[in-house]
Amino acid sequence: MIRFSFIFLFTLLLFSSATGQEATLPPSPPTDVMAKDTPNDAGGSITITWKKSPDDIGAVREENKVKGYEILRSTESEGEYEVLGKTTAGAQTYFDTHAQNGVPYYYKVRALGIQSFSESLPSSMAKAKAQWIDWRRRYTFLLALILALSIVYFINQAKSGKQLFIRKIAGLEAVEEAVGRATEMGRKIFYIPGISDMDSMQTIAAVTILGQVAKKTAEYEAKLEVPTSRSLVMVSCRETIKEAYSNAGRPDLYNEDMVYYLTDDQFGYTAAVDGLFVREKPAAVFLQGQFYAESLILAETGNYVGAIQIAGTAQPAQLPFFVAACDYTLIGEELFAASAYLSRDPKLLGSLKGQDVGKFIFLFFIIVGSLFITFEIYDLSFLFR
Amino acid sequence: MRREVPLAITAIVGFALIIVYFIPHPPFNHSRDFFEDLFFIIAAFAIWLGCLNLLKVNADKVYLKKKGWTFSIVVWFGFFLMVIVGFWEGRGFMNPGTTFYYLYDKLYYPLNATMFSILAFFVASASYRAFRARNKEATILLIAALFVMLGRVPFGYYLSSWLPEGWRLGNITDWIMDFPQTAAQRAIMIGIALGIVSSSLRVLLGLERTFASGE
Repeated sequence: MIRFSFIFLFTLLLFSSATGQEATLPPSPPTDVMAKDTPNDAGGSITITWKKSPDDIGAVREENKVKGYEILRSTESEGEYEVLGKTTAGAQTYFDTHAQNGVPYYYKVRALGIQSFSESLPSSMAKAKAQWIDWRRRYTFLLALILALSIVYFINQAKSGKQLFIRKIAGLEAVEEAVGRATEMGRKIFYIPGISDMDSMQTIAAVTILGQVAKKTAEYEAKLEVPTSRSLVMVSCRETIKEAYSNAGRPDLYNEDMVYYLTDDQFGYTAAVDGLFVREKPAAVFLQGQFYAESLILAETGNYVGAIQIAGTAQPAQLPFFVAACDYTLIGEELFAASAYLSRDPKLLGSLKGQDVGKFIFLFFIIVGSLFITFEIYDLSFLFR
Repeated sequence: MRREVPLAITAIVGFALIIVYFIPHPPFNHSRDFFEDLFFIIAAFAIWLGCLNLLKVNADKVYLKKKGWTFSIVVWFGFFLMVIVGFWEGRGFMNPGTTFYYLYDKLYYPLNATMFSILAFFVASASYRAFRARNKEATILLIAALFVMLGRVPFGYYLSSWLPEGWRLGNITDWIMDFPQTAAQRAIMIGIALGIVSSSLRVLLGLERTFASGE
């Protein structure tokens, strides 16, 4: 019995030490460690790539001998290496974002086992540097150049006297009707230039349209009010209206108090404008520019007081609300085309034609890309993604 | 000069910012942040203009006893109450427990929420007016809206649960949102992007000058 226990115990110890030995064995080291400057950046970054350890069978598997990788860095190939960072098993890339420009670095990758690890050979030397050109944006540059050149071409065409066809935009044809209605009824016109500041292209478009509307109100002697949500917009609107009234030959009708500031707060502004609509009962309301959740509140209140409403925004989420609640809506690009349309200036109309060239380019790529995907031609279709 | 200087600044800064978009090398990679900070500083100074204008307009209303002049007193009172309390509280004026925070939490926040909640009623009233079968397009809109609204609520599921998978109201809703709605939105967004490019170029070339008190 004692001899049997001794043999049993000895066998057990032998077996456990064998499995223990397997646990202490390091995994195979990763190979082909390469380090190079990360392209298209402002410097300070080096990309390290390697081939996984042959013992690495995937990050999520319990039986994976490799638990992760450690990346080490040194400024000398045979010098002392410090641990830079860690990644999970299965990874083959690491970005060193703490590299100094112009300083040579060497890298090693360590495969981590349960109780041990193995290191790769050092990589070749790499230095971080800043690039002058971001080549990832070359297609953007090309497209922008084509668009710009086509716009300039059509502007020159228009300057030379060529007649350009621009389709009718109902919302803009109704501006004169709206101003005339306000004059007949003796009620005010409210112009709301959105709730964004002058850094938004929609606000600039809105202020430009205001110039054309103000010219009409000067001619018709209608009362115009422009409550604003931003101080800079207030200043810009004042200058625009002053100039418009001056050009219409009615500087006497201009009053600085036509344009006033309410508040920067979204719903504070909405509450104030709604109050103005309900008390003043305007005959016409223009809602042009960048709007968010307050768009429907403003449009519905304008509808409630019986005003004719012409809205325009390039916020796709707000367009359905304006379409539902307003009499006329300028959809997206029509907002940006409005100033050219209303002024009928040949140079500005020419730019609209140039914009259409861009649409044809997009249309071409959409059709070609759709055909490629439909017929599973994947070799060239990556060009259009 | 009054018109030429702003237009020149607009053109130079505008084209410079376009070019630096393609140059990651310092110091160009920080140009956009620099000009954005400049804009915020200018806007912060400009807020004084707005506040003084707000006080002046409301003071005129009270002085001339215009319609609704009592509301102008409320504006003055509210403005100076928050300013005085804010300065009195000092640095941590927005910390919980301060009087400023109390006024913000008990006055401003409920008023803000009230305005936002009005939206729900206005959505209902706008939908009631918009979804009418006046013509062909309006009828299609009405049918699509019906599918989408029913497909998003449990009642729609109960109505169509007996149908095979792929033909239920929820599936039709998803199809409408994923295909025709997405296609239309993307078309609008492409148009908007082109409009912004064209409009920006007009501004940079000085063709569009209205915003800078030009013709």
